[in-house]
Order: sequence, then C-alpha cells, then structure tokens
Amino acid sequence: MQPMTEAHGAVRAARPAQESALSNESSAKPSATSGGTPRITVAVDDTRQMRALNVKAAVDNLNFYYGTHRALKNLTIPIADKQVTALIGPSGCGKSTFLRCFNRMHDLQPNTRYEGSITLHPDNLNLVGPGVDPIEVRMRIGMVFQKPNPFPKSIFENVAYGLRLRGLRNRATLAEEVEKALRGAALWDEAKDRLQDSALALSGGQMQRLCIARALATTPEILLFDEPTSALDPIATAKIEELISTLRDQVTVLIVTHNMQQAARVSDYTAFMYLGELIEFDEAAKIFTNPNKKATEDYITGRYG
Amino acid sequence: MSVSAATVSPEQLRSGLTRRKLMDQIFVVAGLAVMLGCLAILAVLFIDLVRDGAPRFGWDFLTNFASRRAEKAGILAAWVGTSLIMLVTAVCAVPVGVMAAIYLEEYAPKNWFTAVVEINVTNLAGVPSIVYGLLALGLLVHQLELGQSILAAGLTLALLILPIVIVATRESIRSVPNAIREAAYGLGATRWEVTKDHVLPYSTGGILTGMILGLSRAIGETAPIITIGALSFIAFLPDAPIKSEFPFVSFQWLHDPFTAMPIQMFNWVSRPDQAFQSNAAAAGAILLCMTLAMNGVAIFIRYRFRKKINW
Repeated sequence: MQPMTEAHGAVRAARPAQESALSNESSAKPSATSGGTPRITVAVDDTRQMRALNVKAAVDNLNFYYGTHRALKNLTIPIADKQVTALIGPSGCGKSTFLRCFNRMHDLQPNTRYEGSITLHPDNLNLVGPGVDPIEVRMRIGMVFQKPNPFPKSIFENVAYGLRLRGLRNRATLAEEVEKALRGAALWDEAKDRLQDSALALSGGQMQRLCIARALATTPEILLFDEPTSALDPIATAKIEELISTLRDQVTVLIVTHNMQQAARVSDYTAFMYLGELIEFDEAAKIFTNPNKKATEDYITGRYG
Repeated sequence: MSVSAATVSPEQLRSGLTRRKLMDQIFVVAGLAVMLGCLAILAVLFIDLVRDGAPRFGWDFLTNFASRRAEKAGILAAWVGTSLIMLVTAVCAVPVGVMAAIYLEEYAPKNWFTAVVEINVTNLAGVPSIVYGLLALGLLVHQLELGQSILAAGLTLALLILPIVIVATRESIRSVPNAIREAAYGLGATRWEVTKDHVLPYSTGGILTGMILGLSRAIGETAPIITIGALSFIAFLPDAPIKSEFPFVSFQWLHDPFTAMPIQMFNWVSRPDQAFQSNAAAAGAILLCMTLAMNGVAIFIRYRFRKKINW
C-alpha cells in the first residue's frame, strides 16, 4: 500500500453561515502533487478546519440519469480511506442511487447514464467511465444489501462463491479464506460447526453477517452497505453496527442509512443528501451536533423526514 | 366529519355472515367434488382397461412380438420403440428448450424482435400434431434423408414438445428472486455465471416439470409418428445400442424402423377380431403405467432437489 500524503482541509469562508437555498456547497478539487497521490482540498464554508482526509474514491460532479430524469445532481464528495462514510437523507433523496453507482449496479437496468466521475485511488480508475468494465468494478467493490440475500447453498459455499469466481479452486486455501471472512464478520464461532448446513437456516441477523462475510471474502477496496439493518431486530442491528466499527481500519465503508442515530453512532464522515443533491458533507460529530446548513439541522432535529 | 352509513343491527350482521360463510363452504365442496370426479373418471377408465386386458397380462405379453394370433401377440417391439423415442425426444427437446428459455428470459433485449419470437413460441404449442407429422415427413424423412427411423420420430416429437418445455422453463426462471441475482452480480459474476450457478439450479424443479409435461404429451402422440411411417407389424427390435466389441456403443438403432405403443394399440383396435380388443386394452393399461412411472420418477427427482438445498 503506497503511503498517502495527507490532504489538509482548507480554510475558506465562502459565505457566512446563513440559511441558503438547497444547493451543493462543499466542493472537492483534486490538484496534482509530485508524489502521485492526489491531494484533495475540501472546502467547507466554515472557519473550522476539517480533519485531514485520505481519499479512497473522489466523486467529481457525478450526475445520474434514469432515461431523461436526472436523479443525481452534480455530486462532489470525497470518500475517506479506511473510514466509515454515511449517507443520510429523507426517502427519495438519491442515497441508494448514489451508492449503486459505485459498483455499477445500474448497468443491469436499461436506459441509465452516468456523467462525471468517481475516481478510485490509488490507480485512478474512473468507476463510472464508459470504457471501464462493470464486472471489474464489481470485483473490487463489494455490496451488502438491505434484505439479507444469501444463496440457497451451504454457508461455506456462500462465502466461497466470490473466491470461486476469481478462479480459486484449492480446497485448503478456500477453507482458510472462508474462515478469515467469517471471523471478520463475527460469524465464525456460530458457524464453524455447521459450514455445510444451508445458509437459509440462519436467523436474519446471522444471514446479514453471512452476506457481509461473503462480501469480505474477496477483500474489496470499498464495502457498500445499503441500509443493512433496516430489516433486522435491535439486537442484530447492534451486532452489525459493532461489526462495521471493527471493519473501519481494514476497509473503506460507505453506508446508506435511514436511521440517523445509526449514522451518528457508526460513521466518521456523513453526507446529507436531499432530492439528488449534496447539501452538506462533514465529519459526523460536526454534522450531528452543529451542522452548517439549516436544511441539515431541520432534518436532524426531525422537522421533516 | 362523520361518515354516514346504513346502520346494521347485530342480527343482520350475523345472518349476512352466515350466508357468506355458506358460499365459502359451497365453493370448497364444489371444488372437491369436481376434483374427485376427475380422479374417479381416470380410475374408471384405468379399471376398465385393466379388466378388458386382464387375460393378456403376463411376461409373454411384454416379451412377444406382434403376431397374427391374438394370444401370441405381444408389445415388445412397441414398448422398446416408445422408450427409445422418448429418450431421443428428451435428449433433443430439453437442452434446446432450456437454452431458448434462458436466452429469452436473461439475455434477450426487450425489443420487437424478441416480442415476435415469444409470440411464435407460444403459438407453436397450439399447432395440431398432424402438421408436425407432415413437416417431419417432408423435412426429416425425405429432405434430410433420415428415413422412417427412430431419430426422425424423436426429432418430430421434440419439435412438438419444445414450446411446452420453453414456457415451463421461462416461468420457473421468472420465479427466481431478483435478490439472488443481485447478490451474484454484486460479487462480480458475469451473466452466464449468474445463470449457471444460481438461476438454473434454483429453477430445476420447474424445468423438470416442463419436461414431464412435455414427455407425457409426447408418449401418446400417434398422428405425427404414423405420418412419418411407424410400422405396426414389426417382428424385430432396433439394433442394440451396447455392443460387445469396440467401441461398445452404437448409434445404428437411431436409423432403424420402429413401432410405438399408440400405433400398436391403434392397429389392434382396428381389427375385427374381438380377441385383439383385449390386447389393445392391455397395451393401453401398460402405456398408462409407463406414463405414471415417468411422472413418478420426475416428481421424485423434484422432491429430492427441493429437500437438498446445498448443491
């Protein structure tokens, strides 16, 4: 892993903190350095300096169209490396649409179009670029879905499937990798005696952890979570949140959640979206205690949902 | 704002409820009666066949060839012919039908061409079987010079049941939950890998059902195989597929003339001699048993597939 140069948050008072129209204020501009890794300046319209941010994926002016309908409007967000970034916002604001751009899931639907770029570091691959193979993108970026969807196979085969796709056939290596992934998903102790049993016999929370293990097995560079606990009971939810916290230093996590308290508990950085636009992006602590925009504050305090 | 409604007394409520429940029960009884009626008709037919054919049942009946003498006549050539034709039909129709259904469901773009193909496939199921026979006579027997052989018969019947297999496979592919496809795509699988590793195994039950339905239809089809020239008096079996010298497997039997159970029955029923009627009845009962056995095997396979979730 090449050493990342730190990006410093620039101090720029763009305009005094006042009630503004719902528009994209924070911007990220990549500028070249001699070291090869881009230094990203993140400007927030506040005098406070945001903590330095290593960028794993830089979203730059991303637009997304369903046919002629523009679902995402000029999104520019840095996704921090090995940190948890949460996307919050009311229903229909485009969070899941944005998440699915990262692993090109929209390519499975007809009539969709991307504009702009999501640049994955360190090799500067544009994830939504027209010449980029979506299968390659999906092999590097993993996803956990809202409703747990294990394959109707054994627990072992579920976790091993991603590895088999990559051509790994050696039984011993597969077993080792599967164990590693299940440990990483905090499911090893519960599953080690029944690896050959059907995955459908697990409880909801266990199934979701299995899906996380399945995604972890292929050592993804970014792990996407699409409202992973909305279908689970509170105990299972707590376990998954704990798991996401432990994943923090191993893999970059991008999580969409309806549950603001979850975002506050789990994330390092939070982006608030509304109607396809980015309203505010900042450290989670800042967003949830003292947001800059009135719209964010209204949402967080429950004025609208 | 109050909602005005006709006030109904509890007694009226109760009597209305009784009437509605009565309708419910009438429907249950009617449905049960109709179903039992159909089963009863099937049972009556079967018992009738068995009774009429009773004097003929025996090992000799199954191992004798046709003969001028009713007591000596057997169905050996007929049931061997039917079995071999069913084998050829299954081998030809199922892979082609399944692949066509996969293409239509997973790969085909939603444009006018695909719509035309889909309409034609479902229409093919309604084409009279004699038309398939004429097609086979012209194309397979004469044009491709396959002759009046088991191969021609198998291909004809495969064409006949192809739409059934395609439609049943499409239905079962459609029933695969999209969540599983998404999960597989999310791991970086190509479309073929998703189909091969997840969609097909999941829909095996439906595919087998389609195969059963198709073969059950094909086993009793007489018109197409008469048209292509199934003989009704055959005193020999097709060439054996297993040989004692290298290469131990022979496909000569595909090119041999043949007969089939429905043909043999039809031939016997048409004879004025009363004794042959019982031959026909016995053959009919055995044909029914063959069909039920085939269905039973397929249902058993489906059951095992459903229980054994790990594949």
